[in-house]
Amino acid sequence: MTPAPLVLAVTDLRKQYGDTVAVGGVSFSVGPNEIVGLLGPNGAGKTTTINMILGVLAPDAGSVFIDGIDLAAHRSRALERTNFAAVYSPLPGNLTVTQNLHFFGRIYGVKRLATRVEQLLEQFDLQRFRDTKCGVLSSGEQTRVSLAKAVINLPQLLLLDEPTASLDPATARDIRSSIRDFTARGSGGVLWTSHNMYEVEEVCDRVLFLSRGRILLEGDPRRLPAQHGKASLEELFIAVAREPLALETAG
Amino acid sequence: MSPARTVAIALRQFYLLRGSPARVLPLFAWVTIDILLWGFITRYLSTVTVPGGSFVPALLGAVLLWDFLVRVMHGVTTAFLEDVWSRNFLNIFATPLSLPEYIGGLVLTGAATSAFGLLAMLILATAVFGLHFFAYGLLLIPFLLLLFLFGIALGIVGSGIVLRLGPAAEWFIWPLPALLSPFACVFYPLSTLPRWMQYVSRAIPPSYVFEAMRGIAIGRPAGDAATFGMLLAGSALALLYIVLAGWFFSRVYRHAVRTGLIPRYSAESVS
Repeated sequence: MTPAPLVLAVTDLRKQYGDTVAVGGVSFSVGPNEIVGLLGPNGAGKTTTINMILGVLAPDAGSVFIDGIDLAAHRSRALERTNFAAVYSPLPGNLTVTQNLHFFGRIYGVKRLATRVEQLLEQFDLQRFRDTKCGVLSSGEQTRVSLAKAVINLPQLLLLDEPTASLDPATARDIRSSIRDFTARGSGGVLWTSHNMYEVEEVCDRVLFLSRGRILLEGDPRRLPAQHGKASLEELFIAVAREPLALETAG
Repeated sequence: MSPARTVAIALRQFYLLRGSPARVLPLFAWVTIDILLWGFITRYLSTVTVPGGSFVPALLGAVLLWDFLVRVMHGVTTAFLEDVWSRNFLNIFATPLSLPEYIGGLVLTGAATSAFGLLAMLILATAVFGLHFFAYGLLLIPFLLLLFLFGIALGIVGSGIVLRLGPAAEWFIWPLPALLSPFACVFYPLSTLPRWMQYVSRAIPPSYVFEAMRGIAIGRPAGDAATFGMLLAGSALALLYIVLAGWFFSRVYRHAVRTGLIPRYSAESVS
Protein backbone atom coordinates (compact mmCIF):
# COMPACT_ATOMS: atom_id res chain seq x y z
CA MET A 1 0.00 0.00 0.00
CA THR A 2 1.32 3.46 -0.94
CA PRO A 3 1.75 5.72 2.09
CA ALA A 4 -0.39 8.89 2.13
CA PRO A 5 1.57 11.92 0.89
CA LEU A 6 2.81 14.45 3.38
CA VAL A 7 0.33 17.27 3.80
CA LEU A 8 3.26 19.70 3.97
CA ALA A 9 6.84 19.28 2.80
CA VAL A 10 9.11 22.30 3.22
CA THR A 11 12.63 22.02 1.84
CA ASP A 12 15.49 24.44 2.46
CA LEU A 13 13.17 27.46 2.72
CA ARG A 14 15.02 30.75 2.95
CA LYS A 15 14.11 34.43 3.25
CA GLN A 16 16.43 37.34 3.77
CA TYR A 17 15.67 41.08 4.16
CA GLY A 18 18.84 42.97 3.32
CA ASP A 19 21.49 41.59 5.68
CA THR A 20 18.94 40.09 8.04
CA VAL A 21 18.24 36.40 7.59
CA ALA A 22 14.61 35.90 8.63
CA VAL A 23 14.49 32.21 7.69
CA GLY A 24 17.77 30.50 6.95
CA GLY A 25 17.08 27.30 5.06
CA VAL A 26 14.53 25.35 7.08
CA SER A 27 13.24 21.91 6.11
CA PHE A 28 10.41 20.05 7.79
CA SER A 29 7.20 18.20 7.08
CA VAL A 30 3.73 17.62 8.46
CA GLY A 31 2.13 14.22 7.98
CA PRO A 32 -1.54 13.24 7.75
CA ASN A 33 -3.38 13.46 11.11
CA GLU A 34 -0.35 15.09 12.67
CA ILE A 35 -0.23 18.31 14.71
CA VAL A 36 3.20 19.91 14.53
CA GLY A 37 4.11 22.82 16.79
CA LEU A 38 6.36 25.53 15.40
CA LEU A 39 7.91 27.15 18.45
CA GLY A 40 10.38 29.90 19.04
CA PRO A 41 10.86 33.35 20.55
CA ASN A 42 9.52 36.49 18.91
CA GLY A 43 11.41 37.18 15.69
CA ALA A 44 12.51 33.55 15.31
CA GLY A 45 10.97 33.30 11.85
CA LYS A 46 7.72 31.43 12.60
CA THR A 47 5.33 33.88 10.98
CA THR A 48 7.70 34.44 8.05
CA THR A 49 7.72 30.67 7.48
CA ILE A 50 3.91 30.53 7.66
CA ASN A 51 3.58 33.46 5.26
CA MET A 52 5.78 31.65 2.74
CA ILE A 53 3.66 28.50 3.07
CA LEU A 54 0.55 30.63 2.50
CA GLY A 55 2.02 32.08 -0.70
CA VAL A 56 1.86 35.71 0.48
CA LEU A 57 5.63 35.96 0.83
CA ALA A 58 7.99 34.75 -1.89
CA PRO A 59 10.93 32.72 -0.57
CA ASP A 60 14.43 33.53 -1.81
CA ALA A 61 15.09 29.80 -2.10
CA GLY A 62 13.54 26.46 -1.28
CA SER A 63 10.27 24.73 -2.01
CA VAL A 64 6.86 24.20 -0.42
CA PHE A 65 4.70 21.22 -1.37
CA ILE A 66 1.16 21.12 0.01
CA ASP A 67 -0.48 17.69 -0.27
CA GLY A 68 2.09 16.84 -2.93
CA ILE A 69 1.47 20.02 -4.99
CA ASP A 70 4.23 22.52 -5.62
CA LEU A 71 3.07 25.90 -4.30
CA ALA A 72 5.35 27.88 -6.63
CA ALA A 73 4.12 26.11 -9.77
CA HIS A 74 0.43 25.53 -8.91
CA ARG A 75 -0.45 28.21 -6.38
CA SER A 76 -4.26 28.01 -6.63
CA ARG A 77 -4.38 24.19 -6.55
CA ALA A 78 -2.04 24.06 -3.57
CA LEU A 79 -3.92 26.74 -1.64
CA GLU A 80 -7.28 25.06 -2.28
CA ARG A 81 -5.95 22.35 0.05
CA THR A 82 -4.93 24.66 2.83
CA ASN A 83 -6.40 27.33 5.09
CA PHE A 84 -5.30 29.33 8.09
CA ALA A 85 -6.27 31.32 11.13
CA ALA A 86 -4.02 33.88 12.77
CA VAL A 87 -4.62 36.08 15.77
CA TYR A 88 -3.34 39.11 13.83
CA SER A 89 -5.62 38.56 10.84
CA PRO A 90 -9.28 38.72 11.90
CA LEU A 91 -11.99 38.42 9.28
CA PRO A 92 -13.48 41.66 7.89
CA GLY A 93 -15.38 43.32 10.72
CA ASN A 94 -17.88 44.96 8.35
CA LEU A 95 -19.38 41.61 7.26
CA THR A 96 -21.57 39.39 9.40
CA VAL A 97 -20.44 35.93 10.51
CA THR A 98 -22.59 34.24 7.84
CA GLN A 99 -21.51 36.67 5.10
CA ASN A 100 -17.84 36.06 5.91
CA LEU A 101 -18.30 32.30 5.84
CA HIS A 102 -20.24 32.46 2.56
CA PHE A 103 -17.66 34.77 0.99
CA PHE A 104 -14.63 32.67 1.91
CA GLY A 105 -16.54 29.45 1.19
CA ARG A 106 -17.05 30.62 -2.39
CA ILE A 107 -13.40 31.65 -2.71
CA TYR A 108 -12.34 28.16 -1.55
CA GLY A 109 -14.88 26.50 -3.87
CA VAL A 110 -16.80 24.72 -1.09
CA LYS A 111 -19.54 22.42 -2.36
CA ARG A 112 -23.02 22.63 -0.74
CA LEU A 113 -21.91 25.82 0.94
CA ALA A 114 -25.16 26.68 2.75
CA THR A 115 -25.15 23.30 4.53
CA ARG A 116 -21.46 23.59 5.35
CA VAL A 117 -21.95 27.08 6.85
CA GLU A 118 -24.77 25.79 9.07
CA GLN A 119 -22.54 22.91 10.24
CA LEU A 120 -19.79 25.34 11.16
CA LEU A 121 -22.14 27.73 12.96
CA GLU A 122 -23.22 24.79 15.11
CA GLN A 123 -19.73 23.30 15.56
CA PHE A 124 -18.25 26.59 16.75
CA ASP A 125 -21.33 27.66 18.70
CA LEU A 126 -21.91 30.69 16.50
CA GLN A 127 -25.63 30.38 15.67
CA ARG A 128 -26.69 33.35 17.78
CA PHE A 129 -24.05 35.54 16.09
CA ARG A 130 -24.94 34.49 12.53
CA ASP A 131 -26.17 37.99 11.58
CA THR A 132 -23.76 39.92 13.79
CA LYS A 133 -20.96 41.88 12.18
CA CYS A 134 -17.63 40.31 13.09
CA GLY A 135 -16.17 43.66 14.18
CA VAL A 136 -18.45 43.84 17.23
CA LEU A 137 -17.72 40.31 18.46
CA SER A 138 -15.43 39.69 21.43
CA SER A 139 -11.90 38.47 20.66
CA GLY A 140 -12.87 34.92 21.65
CA GLU A 141 -15.90 34.97 19.37
CA GLN A 142 -13.82 36.41 16.52
CA THR A 143 -11.30 33.61 16.98
CA ARG A 144 -14.10 31.05 16.69
CA VAL A 145 -15.28 32.67 13.46
CA SER A 146 -11.70 32.65 12.12
CA LEU A 147 -11.39 28.97 12.97
CA ALA A 148 -14.74 28.21 11.33
CA LYS A 149 -13.44 29.93 8.18
CA ALA A 150 -10.14 28.04 8.51
CA VAL A 151 -11.80 24.64 8.32
CA ILE A 152 -14.60 25.57 5.89
CA ASN A 153 -12.91 23.77 2.98
CA LEU A 154 -11.80 20.78 5.10
CA PRO A 155 -8.18 21.63 4.31
CA GLN A 156 -5.47 19.02 4.15
CA LEU A 157 -3.11 21.52 5.75
CA LEU A 158 -4.33 23.84 8.49
CA LEU A 159 -2.01 26.64 9.57
CA LEU A 160 -2.73 28.15 12.96
CA ASP A 161 -0.64 31.10 14.12
CA GLU A 162 -1.26 31.55 17.85
CA PRO A 163 -4.94 30.64 17.53
CA THR A 164 -5.61 30.72 21.26
CA ALA A 165 -3.77 33.94 22.11
CA SER A 166 -6.08 36.33 23.99
CA LEU A 167 -8.61 33.59 24.75
CA ASP A 168 -9.78 32.64 28.24
CA PRO A 169 -8.71 29.14 29.39
CA ALA A 170 -12.15 27.58 28.87
CA THR A 171 -12.50 28.89 25.31
CA ALA A 172 -8.89 27.94 24.54
CA ARG A 173 -9.61 24.39 25.69
CA ASP A 174 -12.67 24.20 23.41
CA ILE A 175 -10.61 25.44 20.49
CA ARG A 176 -7.87 22.85 21.13
CA SER A 177 -10.54 20.18 21.26
CA SER A 178 -11.96 21.35 17.89
CA ILE A 179 -8.54 21.20 16.28
CA ARG A 180 -7.86 17.71 17.62
CA ASP A 181 -11.25 16.62 16.25
CA PHE A 182 -10.27 18.09 12.89
CA THR A 183 -7.14 15.92 12.63
CA ALA A 184 -8.87 12.84 14.03
CA ARG A 185 -11.77 12.92 11.54
CA GLY A 186 -10.04 13.36 8.19
CA SER A 187 -6.51 13.04 6.89
CA GLY A 188 -5.50 16.67 7.44
CA GLY A 189 -2.46 17.90 9.33
CA VAL A 190 -1.88 21.04 11.36
CA LEU A 191 1.06 23.40 11.73
CA TRP A 192 0.54 25.29 14.98
CA THR A 193 2.46 28.15 16.53
CA SER A 194 1.94 29.08 20.15
CA HIS A 195 3.76 30.60 23.10
CA ASN A 196 1.70 28.54 25.52
CA MET A 197 3.90 25.51 26.29
CA TYR A 198 1.18 23.77 28.30
CA GLU A 199 -1.03 23.92 25.21
CA VAL A 200 1.76 22.70 22.92
CA GLU A 201 2.48 19.74 25.17
CA GLU A 202 -1.20 18.84 25.27
CA VAL A 203 -1.95 19.21 21.55
CA CYS A 204 1.16 18.67 19.43
CA ASP A 205 2.49 15.31 18.28
CA ARG A 206 5.82 16.86 17.39
CA VAL A 207 7.49 20.25 17.86
CA LEU A 208 10.12 22.21 15.97
CA PHE A 209 12.12 24.82 17.86
CA LEU A 210 13.01 27.73 15.62
CA SER A 211 15.58 30.35 16.55
CA ARG A 212 17.09 33.05 14.36
CA GLY A 213 15.51 31.49 11.31
CA ARG A 214 16.84 27.96 11.87
CA ILE A 215 15.39 24.80 13.34
CA LEU A 216 17.44 23.96 16.43
CA LEU A 217 15.49 21.07 17.90
CA GLU A 218 12.78 18.68 16.84
CA GLY A 219 10.91 15.95 18.67
CA ASP A 220 8.10 14.83 20.94
CA PRO A 221 7.13 17.74 23.21
CA ARG A 222 6.66 15.37 26.15
CA ARG A 223 10.14 13.86 25.89
CA LEU A 224 12.23 16.65 24.41
CA PRO A 225 12.81 18.60 27.67
CA ALA A 226 14.34 15.57 29.44
CA GLN A 227 16.52 14.81 26.43
CA HIS A 228 18.07 18.27 26.83
CA GLY A 229 18.29 18.26 30.60
CA LYS A 230 15.35 20.56 31.20
CA ALA A 231 12.44 20.05 33.57
CA SER A 232 9.72 21.33 31.26
CA LEU A 233 9.00 22.48 27.74
CA GLU A 234 8.82 26.04 29.04
CA GLU A 235 12.36 25.79 30.43
CA LEU A 236 13.56 24.39 27.15
CA PHE A 237 11.81 27.26 25.30
CA ILE A 238 13.56 29.83 27.51
CA ALA A 239 16.90 28.11 26.91
CA VAL A 240 16.33 28.23 23.15
CA ALA A 241 15.40 31.89 23.35
CA ARG A 242 18.41 32.87 25.49
CA GLU A 243 21.18 30.52 24.46
CA PRO A 244 20.39 29.12 21.03
CA LEU A 245 24.04 28.56 20.18
CA ALA A 246 24.64 26.37 23.25
CA LEU A 247 21.66 24.21 22.36
CA GLU A 248 22.63 24.03 18.73
CA THR A 249 26.04 22.68 19.72
CA ALA A 250 24.48 20.22 22.17
CA GLY A 251 21.84 19.14 19.63
CA MET B 1 -9.72 30.91 -13.82
CA SER B 2 -12.78 30.34 -11.63
CA PRO B 3 -15.81 32.56 -12.38
CA ALA B 4 -17.22 31.61 -8.96
CA ARG B 5 -14.30 33.30 -7.21
CA THR B 6 -14.68 36.41 -9.37
CA VAL B 7 -18.39 36.53 -8.54
CA ALA B 8 -17.54 36.11 -4.83
CA ILE B 9 -15.62 39.41 -4.86
CA ALA B 10 -18.65 41.19 -6.36
CA LEU B 11 -20.96 39.38 -3.92
CA ARG B 12 -18.90 40.69 -1.01
CA GLN B 13 -19.51 44.23 -2.28
CA PHE B 14 -23.22 43.49 -2.55
CA TYR B 15 -23.23 42.36 1.11
CA LEU B 16 -21.51 45.59 2.09
CA LEU B 17 -23.87 47.79 0.03
CA ARG B 18 -26.95 46.01 1.36
CA GLY B 19 -26.08 46.78 4.93
CA SER B 20 -24.71 50.29 4.52
CA PRO B 21 -26.60 53.38 3.30
CA ALA B 22 -23.29 55.25 3.57
CA ARG B 23 -22.01 53.09 0.70
CA VAL B 24 -25.21 53.24 -1.37
CA LEU B 25 -25.71 57.01 -1.26
CA PRO B 26 -22.47 57.98 -3.05
CA LEU B 27 -23.45 55.78 -6.00
CA PHE B 28 -26.20 58.33 -6.78
CA ALA B 29 -25.54 61.48 -4.78
CA TRP B 30 -22.55 63.08 -6.54
CA VAL B 31 -23.71 62.28 -10.05
CA THR B 32 -27.15 63.67 -9.23
CA ILE B 33 -25.62 66.92 -7.97
CA ASP B 34 -23.43 67.14 -11.09
CA ILE B 35 -26.37 66.63 -13.44
CA LEU B 36 -28.48 69.19 -11.57
CA LEU B 37 -25.66 71.75 -11.55
CA TRP B 38 -24.76 71.33 -15.22
CA GLY B 39 -28.40 70.96 -16.21
CA PHE B 40 -29.17 74.43 -14.84
CA ILE B 41 -25.99 75.90 -16.32
CA THR B 42 -26.99 74.45 -19.70
CA ARG B 43 -30.52 75.79 -19.35
CA TYR B 44 -29.18 79.25 -18.53
CA LEU B 45 -26.69 79.24 -21.42
CA SER B 46 -29.49 78.26 -23.80
CA THR B 47 -31.40 81.44 -22.84
CA VAL B 48 -28.47 83.84 -23.36
CA THR B 49 -27.11 82.45 -26.62
CA VAL B 50 -28.50 81.95 -30.09
CA PRO B 51 -31.63 79.78 -30.29
CA GLY B 52 -31.17 76.25 -31.51
CA GLY B 53 -27.76 75.86 -29.81
CA SER B 54 -26.47 72.42 -28.87
CA PHE B 55 -25.69 72.97 -25.20
CA VAL B 56 -27.86 70.19 -23.87
CA PRO B 57 -26.30 67.33 -25.82
CA ALA B 58 -22.82 68.89 -25.90
CA LEU B 59 -22.47 69.95 -22.26
CA LEU B 60 -24.92 67.87 -20.29
CA GLY B 61 -24.16 64.79 -22.38
CA ALA B 62 -20.46 65.35 -21.77
CA VAL B 63 -20.96 65.70 -18.01
CA LEU B 64 -22.98 62.51 -17.95
CA LEU B 65 -20.39 60.52 -19.90
CA TRP B 66 -17.49 61.89 -17.83
CA ASP B 67 -19.28 61.11 -14.57
CA PHE B 68 -19.86 57.59 -15.85
CA LEU B 69 -16.12 57.13 -16.37
CA VAL B 70 -15.43 58.47 -12.86
CA ARG B 71 -18.06 56.15 -11.34
CA VAL B 72 -16.47 53.14 -13.08
CA MET B 73 -13.05 54.06 -11.73
CA HIS B 74 -14.42 54.67 -8.22
CA GLY B 75 -16.35 51.39 -8.38
CA VAL B 76 -13.14 49.44 -9.00
CA THR B 77 -11.01 51.30 -6.45
CA THR B 78 -13.71 51.25 -3.77
CA ALA B 79 -14.02 47.47 -4.07
CA PHE B 80 -10.24 47.23 -3.69
CA LEU B 81 -10.17 49.72 -0.81
CA GLU B 82 -12.69 47.60 1.10
CA ASP B 83 -9.85 45.11 1.54
CA VAL B 84 -7.54 47.93 2.66
CA TRP B 85 -10.04 49.38 5.12
CA SER B 86 -10.86 45.98 6.63
CA ARG B 87 -7.18 44.90 6.65
CA ASN B 88 -8.18 41.84 4.70
CA PHE B 89 -5.15 41.39 2.42
CA LEU B 90 -3.68 38.43 4.27
CA ASN B 91 -7.05 36.64 4.41
CA ILE B 92 -7.79 37.23 0.76
CA PHE B 93 -4.38 36.69 -0.86
CA ALA B 94 -3.68 33.51 1.14
CA THR B 95 -6.61 31.84 -0.63
CA PRO B 96 -6.68 30.06 -4.04
CA LEU B 97 -7.90 33.33 -5.57
CA SER B 98 -5.66 34.28 -8.51
CA LEU B 99 -4.81 37.83 -9.48
CA PRO B 100 -6.95 37.78 -12.68
CA GLU B 101 -9.88 36.45 -10.62
CA TYR B 102 -9.41 39.21 -8.05
CA ILE B 103 -9.14 41.97 -10.66
CA GLY B 104 -12.08 40.43 -12.52
CA GLY B 105 -14.10 40.73 -9.31
CA LEU B 106 -13.14 44.39 -8.94
CA VAL B 107 -14.16 45.03 -12.56
CA LEU B 108 -17.49 43.25 -12.10
CA THR B 109 -18.14 45.35 -9.00
CA GLY B 110 -17.20 48.55 -10.86
CA ALA B 111 -19.54 47.63 -13.72
CA ALA B 112 -22.47 46.94 -11.40
CA THR B 113 -22.10 50.04 -9.22
CA SER B 114 -21.48 52.40 -12.16
CA ALA B 115 -24.58 51.04 -13.90
CA PHE B 116 -26.67 52.35 -10.98
CA GLY B 117 -25.07 55.79 -11.28
CA LEU B 118 -25.57 55.82 -15.06
CA LEU B 119 -29.23 54.94 -14.70
CA ALA B 120 -29.78 57.72 -12.16
CA MET B 121 -28.04 60.24 -14.43
CA LEU B 122 -29.98 59.15 -17.52
CA ILE B 123 -33.32 59.42 -15.77
CA LEU B 124 -32.55 62.85 -14.31
CA ALA B 125 -30.96 64.33 -17.46
CA THR B 126 -33.76 63.07 -19.67
CA ALA B 127 -36.73 63.79 -17.42
CA VAL B 128 -35.68 67.17 -16.02
CA PHE B 129 -33.43 68.69 -18.68
CA GLY B 130 -34.66 67.08 -21.87
CA LEU B 131 -31.43 65.36 -22.85
CA HIS B 132 -32.21 62.99 -25.72
CA PHE B 133 -29.50 60.40 -25.58
CA PHE B 134 -30.84 58.62 -28.59
CA ALA B 135 -29.59 61.60 -30.59
CA TYR B 136 -26.21 59.82 -30.50
CA GLY B 137 -27.84 56.74 -32.01
CA LEU B 138 -26.08 53.42 -31.62
CA LEU B 139 -22.82 55.27 -31.07
CA LEU B 140 -23.85 55.69 -27.45
CA ILE B 141 -22.85 52.04 -26.92
CA PRO B 142 -19.22 52.40 -28.07
CA PHE B 143 -18.99 55.76 -26.25
CA LEU B 144 -19.97 54.10 -22.98
CA LEU B 145 -17.90 51.00 -23.62
CA LEU B 146 -14.78 52.98 -24.37
CA LEU B 147 -15.16 55.14 -21.26
CA PHE B 148 -15.94 52.01 -19.25
CA LEU B 149 -12.68 50.38 -20.37
CA PHE B 150 -10.64 53.47 -19.56
CA GLY B 151 -12.39 53.82 -16.19
CA ILE B 152 -11.46 50.20 -15.44
CA ALA B 153 -7.83 50.88 -16.41
CA LEU B 154 -7.72 53.96 -14.17
CA GLY B 155 -9.29 51.99 -11.31
CA ILE B 156 -6.73 49.19 -11.59
CA VAL B 157 -3.85 51.69 -11.70
CA GLY B 158 -5.28 53.52 -8.68
CA SER B 159 -5.54 50.22 -6.78
CA GLY B 160 -1.95 49.39 -7.72
CA ILE B 161 -0.77 52.77 -6.41
CA VAL B 162 -2.46 52.15 -3.05
CA LEU B 163 -1.09 48.61 -2.88
CA ARG B 164 2.40 49.91 -3.57
CA LEU B 165 2.43 53.01 -1.38
CA GLY B 166 0.13 52.04 1.49
CA PRO B 167 -3.35 52.99 2.72
CA ALA B 168 -2.60 56.73 2.95
CA ALA B 169 -2.04 56.81 -0.83
CA GLU B 170 -5.82 56.57 -1.17
CA TRP B 171 -5.75 60.37 -1.33
CA PHE B 172 -3.62 60.26 -4.46
CA ILE B 173 -6.13 58.28 -6.43
CA TRP B 174 -9.45 60.04 -5.87
CA PRO B 175 -8.29 63.13 -7.84
CA LEU B 176 -6.90 61.08 -10.75
CA PRO B 177 -9.91 61.76 -13.04
CA ALA B 178 -9.79 65.49 -12.19
CA LEU B 179 -6.11 65.48 -13.12
CA LEU B 180 -6.95 64.00 -16.52
CA SER B 181 -10.07 66.06 -17.19
CA PRO B 182 -8.33 69.08 -18.80
CA PHE B 183 -6.77 66.68 -21.32
CA ALA B 184 -9.96 64.70 -21.87
CA CYS B 185 -11.57 67.66 -23.70
CA VAL B 186 -14.86 67.07 -21.93
CA PHE B 187 -16.22 70.59 -22.50
CA TYR B 188 -14.13 72.02 -25.35
CA PRO B 189 -12.66 70.82 -28.65
CA LEU B 190 -9.15 69.43 -28.71
CA SER B 191 -8.08 72.33 -30.97
CA THR B 192 -8.64 74.73 -28.03
CA LEU B 193 -5.67 73.29 -26.19
CA PRO B 194 -2.04 74.34 -26.63
CA ARG B 195 -0.06 71.95 -28.78
CA TRP B 196 1.70 70.08 -25.93
CA MET B 197 -1.63 69.42 -24.25
CA GLN B 198 -3.05 68.13 -27.53
CA TYR B 199 -0.35 65.44 -27.59
CA VAL B 200 -1.43 64.27 -24.14
CA SER B 201 -5.10 64.43 -25.16
CA ARG B 202 -4.48 62.25 -28.19
CA ALA B 203 -2.91 59.65 -25.93
CA ILE B 204 -6.00 59.18 -23.77
CA PRO B 205 -9.21 57.52 -25.01
CA PRO B 206 -11.86 59.90 -23.49
CA SER B 207 -10.75 62.77 -25.74
CA TYR B 208 -11.81 60.71 -28.80
CA VAL B 209 -15.23 60.04 -27.29
CA PHE B 210 -15.86 63.70 -26.47
CA GLU B 211 -14.63 64.89 -29.86
CA ALA B 212 -16.93 62.42 -31.60
CA MET B 213 -19.82 63.32 -29.31
CA ARG B 214 -19.41 67.06 -29.99
CA GLY B 215 -19.27 66.37 -33.70
CA ILE B 216 -22.67 64.66 -33.56
CA ALA B 217 -24.07 67.43 -31.33
CA ILE B 218 -23.22 70.05 -33.97
CA GLY B 219 -24.82 68.01 -36.70
CA ARG B 220 -22.14 65.75 -38.18
CA PRO B 221 -23.60 62.41 -39.36
CA ALA B 222 -23.20 59.78 -36.64
CA GLY B 223 -21.72 57.14 -38.88
CA ASP B 224 -19.19 59.22 -40.85
CA ALA B 225 -15.57 58.17 -41.35
CA ALA B 226 -14.15 60.78 -38.94
CA THR B 227 -16.31 59.58 -36.04
CA PHE B 228 -15.57 55.96 -36.88
CA GLY B 229 -11.83 56.69 -36.99
CA MET B 230 -11.95 58.45 -33.62
CA LEU B 231 -13.77 55.56 -32.00
CA LEU B 232 -11.37 53.06 -33.50
CA ALA B 233 -8.33 54.97 -32.19
CA GLY B 234 -9.97 55.46 -28.79
CA SER B 235 -10.84 51.76 -28.52
CA ALA B 236 -7.32 50.66 -29.43
CA LEU B 237 -5.91 53.01 -26.79
CA ALA B 238 -8.44 51.88 -24.16
CA LEU B 239 -7.50 48.24 -24.72
CA LEU B 240 -3.83 49.14 -24.53
CA TYR B 241 -4.41 50.91 -21.21
CA ILE B 242 -6.28 47.91 -19.82
CA VAL B 243 -3.32 45.68 -20.65
CA LEU B 244 -0.85 48.20 -19.19
CA ALA B 245 -2.95 48.62 -16.04
CA GLY B 246 -3.09 44.84 -15.53
CA TRP B 247 0.66 44.61 -16.06
CA PHE B 248 1.25 47.46 -13.56
CA PHE B 249 -0.95 45.89 -10.88
CA SER B 250 0.67 42.51 -11.42
CA ARG B 251 4.15 44.02 -11.00
CA VAL B 252 3.11 45.84 -7.83
CA TYR B 253 1.57 42.63 -6.47
CA ARG B 254 4.72 40.62 -7.23
CA HIS B 255 6.79 43.31 -5.48
CA ALA B 256 4.45 43.10 -2.47
CA VAL B 257 4.82 39.30 -2.32
CA ARG B 258 8.60 39.54 -2.66
CA THR B 259 9.02 42.17 0.06
CA GLY B 260 6.44 40.81 2.49
CA LEU B 261 4.20 43.85 2.13
CA ILE B 262 0.94 41.89 2.02
CA PRO B 263 1.07 40.42 5.53
CA ARG B 264 2.46 43.70 6.89
CA TYR B 265 0.32 46.01 4.78
CA SER B 266 -0.94 48.19 7.61
CA ALA B 267 2.67 49.13 8.34
CA GLU B 268 2.51 51.32 5.17
CA SER B 269 5.98 50.28 4.05
CA VAL B 270 7.17 51.77 0.79
CA SER B 271 10.46 49.90 0.77
